[in-house]
Amino acid sequence: MSETQKPVQVKLVLLGEAAVGKSSVVLRFVQNDFQEYKEPTIGAAFLTQKCRLEDKVIKFEIWDTAGQERFRSLAPMYYRNALSAVVVYDITSSSSFDKAKSWVKELQRQASPNVIIALVGNKLDLVDGSHEEDEEGDDATATPTAGQEQSRAISRDEAQAYAEESNLLFFETSAKTGEGVVEVFTEIAKKIPLEQIVNSTKSRAQDQSQQNNVNLNSNQNQSKQVGDNCAC
Amino acid sequence: MDETYDVRKEIYQRIRSNDYQVIVLGTGLTECILSGLLSVDGQKVLHIDRNDYYGAESASLNLTQLYKKFKDTEPPSELGRDRDYAIDLIPKFILASGELTKILVHTDVTRYLEFKQIAGSYVLRDRTVSKVPSTESEAVRSSLMGLFEKRRARNFFLFIQNYKDEDPSTHNGLNLDNDSMQTVYNKYGLEAGTQDFIGHAMALYLDDSYKQKPARETYERILLYTSSMARYGKSPYIYPLYGLGELPQAFARLSAIYGGTYMLDKPIDEIVTDSDGKFAGVRSGDETVKAKKVIGDPSYFMDVKGESRVKEIGKVVRAICLLKHPIPNTDNSDSAQLIIPQNQVGRKNDIYIAAVSSSHNVCAKDVYVAIVSTVVETSAPEAELLAAYKLLGPIHDKFVSVNPIYEPTTSGDQDNIFISRSFDATSHFETVVDDVKDIWKRVTAKELVLEKKTEPEINENN
Repeated sequence: MSETQKPVQVKLVLLGEAAVGKSSVVLRFVQNDFQEYKEPTIGAAFLTQKCRLEDKVIKFEIWDTAGQERFRSLAPMYYRNALSAVVVYDITSSSSFDKAKSWVKELQRQASPNVIIALVGNKLDLVDGSHEEDEEGDDATATPTAGQEQSRAISRDEAQAYAEESNLLFFETSAKTGEGVVEVFTEIAKKIPLEQIVNSTKSRAQDQSQQNNVNLNSNQNQSKQVGDNCAC
Repeated sequence: MDETYDVRKEIYQRIRSNDYQVIVLGTGLTECILSGLLSVDGQKVLHIDRNDYYGAESASLNLTQLYKKFKDTEPPSELGRDRDYAIDLIPKFILASGELTKILVHTDVTRYLEFKQIAGSYVLRDRTVSKVPSTESEAVRSSLMGLFEKRRARNFFLFIQNYKDEDPSTHNGLNLDNDSMQTVYNKYGLEAGTQDFIGHAMALYLDDSYKQKPARETYERILLYTSSMARYGKSPYIYPLYGLGELPQAFARLSAIYGGTYMLDKPIDEIVTDSDGKFAGVRSGDETVKAKKVIGDPSYFMDVKGESRVKEIGKVVRAICLLKHPIPNTDNSDSAQLIIPQNQVGRKNDIYIAAVSSSHNVCAKDVYVAIVSTVVETSAPEAELLAAYKLLGPIHDKFVSVNPIYEPTTSGDQDNIFISRSFDATSHFETVVDDVKDIWKRVTAKELVLEKKTEPEINENN
């Protein structure tokens, strides 16, 4: 059957306080083969990345907040049908860790009950004794403490304990050096219940009530688009 | 320093430095489309809503919000989980070949949305609910017309279908720009009931004033209806999963992605003008944000320097009805539009019923949401809906509101204050898009050209 070869689309949402490096983590993951990487400009908040897993392919559809988190203005649409979430904090900022915890609560309230959440402590490079410049590719709200070595504010143990008690995956990363970034996504990919998604897509297509779905981007006139959703 | 503080400081600096070109007030669909289009156009937009949710008058509410708004109570637990509900405040569907569909596709916000067909369109005739035929074979079998009338109607539709402006041989002696629609009906000898059907169930007029006007607009409306019908097959309408409230959210996201700043839950206390009476900014508490222009829904302009900038042109009564069954006589459809033409119930304006259900992810399983609406004609608005209630069967719960329809009193060309119109009683979004285009033209001094602009998508396989 070809279904296992066709990439399974998985919506992943990014959350976290501004300037913790949400965009950087994802761009580090997505840009892998990009030769010339440009600063993330406005307009780039919809990223896709395929992730191969044994014989299956997952296509992450990654939603960045586009700044809408800043004034508590993230729309419910953002969480809709998200199967996975990456909640990022900055290991040198305890307020960003508190904020991450509140995002986890928000996800548990708004997202689907089976959403797979990864807690990610970013900016590992800042406490590794490296004196490199701050990550490029952060969003427009550049970190005010760029270029300075920081002391760790959240210990690995503390975050790990919280993650375990809340049933989250946990990682520490450096979007700057790339350390730990790919693992975040491959571990999420492993936990996505693929069979379930493929089966539910199949049963959805068979379900009478799903047969009225339409694809606006299709040019075919007068044809019924059974079980085929928008070509995102 | 706390980073959140710094981020806000940066944004407030931007605000203080008058960096915004346009402030948009209210996150209704009209405002969100404009905000999205302006951001894509490169303008710096600050978009504010006094509510803590998106959508304003075009929001979809969960159960808690719904019961709080209409009854100020908690929802009964038997209706199920809050999160399963997205109840529209305005009853509208999207015409599949209409202008909103074009904007959705051209701006690429379709990537955030999923759509379904509305399963059927129905019309009341002689106290019977009949399906509006969606195919020729349905039309042949339809009980809406007798045999001879079907023949006359067929000739009429062939005329509409074959009409070409440049080919007088297709005009059959009629001039769409001079002859009234009544003249066209008479030419084909159509019965009053058939005229009702064409004018109200297909051209979607709310009253009969169109008959005395040149036939051109009716002709175009019939074409829009039939091409929308032909697009997906069952009805001319499509509907977004999770409710109409998804539409403003999708356009707000478009705006944010192109740099728009969003602030919900922010009351606006004053529209500030300069000594010439031109727009200068908006004040919330002791904070004033300046910009060159403001766009907003009527509710933000009830008091501009002691003067209302909108006037009421009528009222719409809407009753959101929760049912535990599909609307009777609609083939157990999971969704439907049912039109009660004014003539059929002795009114001036049609009554509409718009029904959706759990298959659109707007309510719990086995619940059906039917919104009944009409233009208010009397001093007892809800009584005007009784004819429609009778068609619904037992109503589990009901939320009734009478909504004034406002239009702006000024165009904005003098003072840079651009005000949208309230959502009207029509069953679709065509007039909303007319308003969007009109405001766009006044704000930017250019026509709205829909070029496909795609977000740069970084898409890398490894």
